[in-house]
Amino acid sequence: MRTYVAKRLLLILPTLLGVAAVVFVIMRVIPGDVTLLILGGDQTGRIDPQQVAAMRHQLGLDRSIPVQFGAWLWGVARLDFGTSLWTGQPVIDEVMVRLPLSLEVAVLATIVSVLLAIPFGMLAAVRRDSWVDYLIRLVSIGGLAIPSFWVGILVILFLVIYFGWGPPLEFTPPWVDPWANFQQLVWPVLTVGYRYAAVTTRMTRSTVLEVLREDYIRTAWAKGLRERAVVIHHALKNAMLPVIALVGTEFAFLIGGLVVTETVFTLNGVGRFVVDAVAHRDYPVVQALVFLIAFCFVMVNLLIDLTYAWLDPRIRYH
Amino acid sequence: MSVNYPLVRTAEPAPLSPPLTFAREVASFVRAKPLGAVGAFVILAMLVVALLAHTLAPYDPYLADYSAQFARPSAEHWFGTDEFGRDVLSRIMYGARIALFVGFSASFAGCSLGAMLAVLSAYRGGTTDILLERLMDILLAFPQLILALAVASILGAAVHNVVIAVAIPIVPRAARVVRATALSVKQNPYVEAVHALGASHARVVLRHILPNVMAPFIIMLTAQLGTAILAEAALSYLGLGTAEPTPSWGLMLSGSAPAYAEKAPWIGLFPGMAISLAVFGFSLFGDSLRDVLDPKLRGR
Repeated sequence: MRTYVAKRLLLILPTLLGVAAVVFVIMRVIPGDVTLLILGGDQTGRIDPQQVAAMRHQLGLDRSIPVQFGAWLWGVARLDFGTSLWTGQPVIDEVMVRLPLSLEVAVLATIVSVLLAIPFGMLAAVRRDSWVDYLIRLVSIGGLAIPSFWVGILVILFLVIYFGWGPPLEFTPPWVDPWANFQQLVWPVLTVGYRYAAVTTRMTRSTVLEVLREDYIRTAWAKGLRERAVVIHHALKNAMLPVIALVGTEFAFLIGGLVVTETVFTLNGVGRFVVDAVAHRDYPVVQALVFLIAFCFVMVNLLIDLTYAWLDPRIRYH
Repeated sequence: MSVNYPLVRTAEPAPLSPPLTFAREVASFVRAKPLGAVGAFVILAMLVVALLAHTLAPYDPYLADYSAQFARPSAEHWFGTDEFGRDVLSRIMYGARIALFVGFSASFAGCSLGAMLAVLSAYRGGTTDILLERLMDILLAFPQLILALAVASILGAAVHNVVIAVAIPIVPRAARVVRATALSVKQNPYVEAVHALGASHARVVLRHILPNVMAPFIIMLTAQLGTAILAEAALSYLGLGTAEPTPSWGLMLSGSAPAYAEKAPWIGLFPGMAISLAVFGFSLFGDSLRDVLDPKLRGR
């Protein structure tokens, strides 16, 4: 196990370095000069070349590309992502303000999705090709097909028309006012939870189906165990491994990936921050966010792999 | 000198079942996979609407008619009109073109590039394989929409840029699935046999490996079609995809739809239904196709 952990940890480094390189390259191939954008002189066309040179020097753009990359990496290592071009605040502070909301939505939506997905996925597998299975499959494909921003629009519309309720603009943390926090997040959490429940239900259904074909399940039936015992104690336990991995991956996506949902529900989270930064052409922020989101994802994946190896000895001796 | 061994037929072969005609094949697919057949029907209907939008659409989708602003759904305007008095039904019909164009071209481009890299990676093995695998891992670390957003923000809002932005995140996903199959195909004795016969690398890859990874390729292609349509809608909704006045479903849901939601809910209602129905159709069809072509890939 120790060698496996060491190997896995070592493999993280090139991946993270690669992620940093991809982000850096993406941001460097932007057409047009970022300095002109910051100085905002493109309408009049009259910009002081000295000012441009000074700005380029200040941003470090006059240095060679490898030096720039090195400087950026050094900044990343110290959590210094530069300052936002839009607000002038350090990027990391801006992220930290928005992170609690995104984390809360991610945690709650993951809980909702698991609570829905595991029982329904199991039921669909056990009652395969019955109307229950068809219904569950239809509803879960619906969860994948219906765009969450449309669900968001419909939910808000419904609430506004029938209850005169609009989404609040300010985020209230749960430790300040749990009720206000609940009111604010319940709809986005349910919208996102439904979508991810759909993904997890499908996964649960197919892994349970696979496990139900195994020999030891036949043995369990032959012993005369009741259906409940066979399915829950024997099948579900073994079917859960890939499902847990999927839920972990989803959680990682949820932290920064709720770009659209946060926009619809006017939640000031990390995902919405990406959209705003892209709209404002706030490149340091886009760069930092894309990197941080990928970083979270890589880390969660590492955790999943280690859990897997811990639970399944075949992996670590491979 | 070569010896020709005559082929001797020792027994009459078992009579083959009559060849399936296309109609019979369709009928058996419908019976075996009713949900898949529903999906196929939705896709076909969408294709027809997209191809014949210019004759089927009752109005010009770009034509603003300020005398008919916010018209309720009626006999003249089945799905009502938007804030410029443009016919929502006609815009949805033309929007099917954008959705299908971006969906097909992005998933085809992404899956093809992914499959090529995967086959190269699996066939060459060694350093090539390790490097390409690492690169795919790195690309997979970015959530699909975040990567598409970053690419779209650099390229700017235009239909062909949307295709690129949507296609890039598909590449590593397709590559991962195709590589697994390509690795197992490579192990087959017939690959060794054609090598022994002196076939060139290109011939082995093109004639013997590629045809055998077609099943996962087609499965990924159909699976990614729905995702690509959703991604286009999301990018357009966020203002980074198709630009006004081009009718795109995602674009129709942004800006005016929530702003006038109380006054004219149909502006946002119908485009959302169109997106859902399209992705629903592709998912149903893709699922059934996967079951038929390769049950091992279930759940991917």
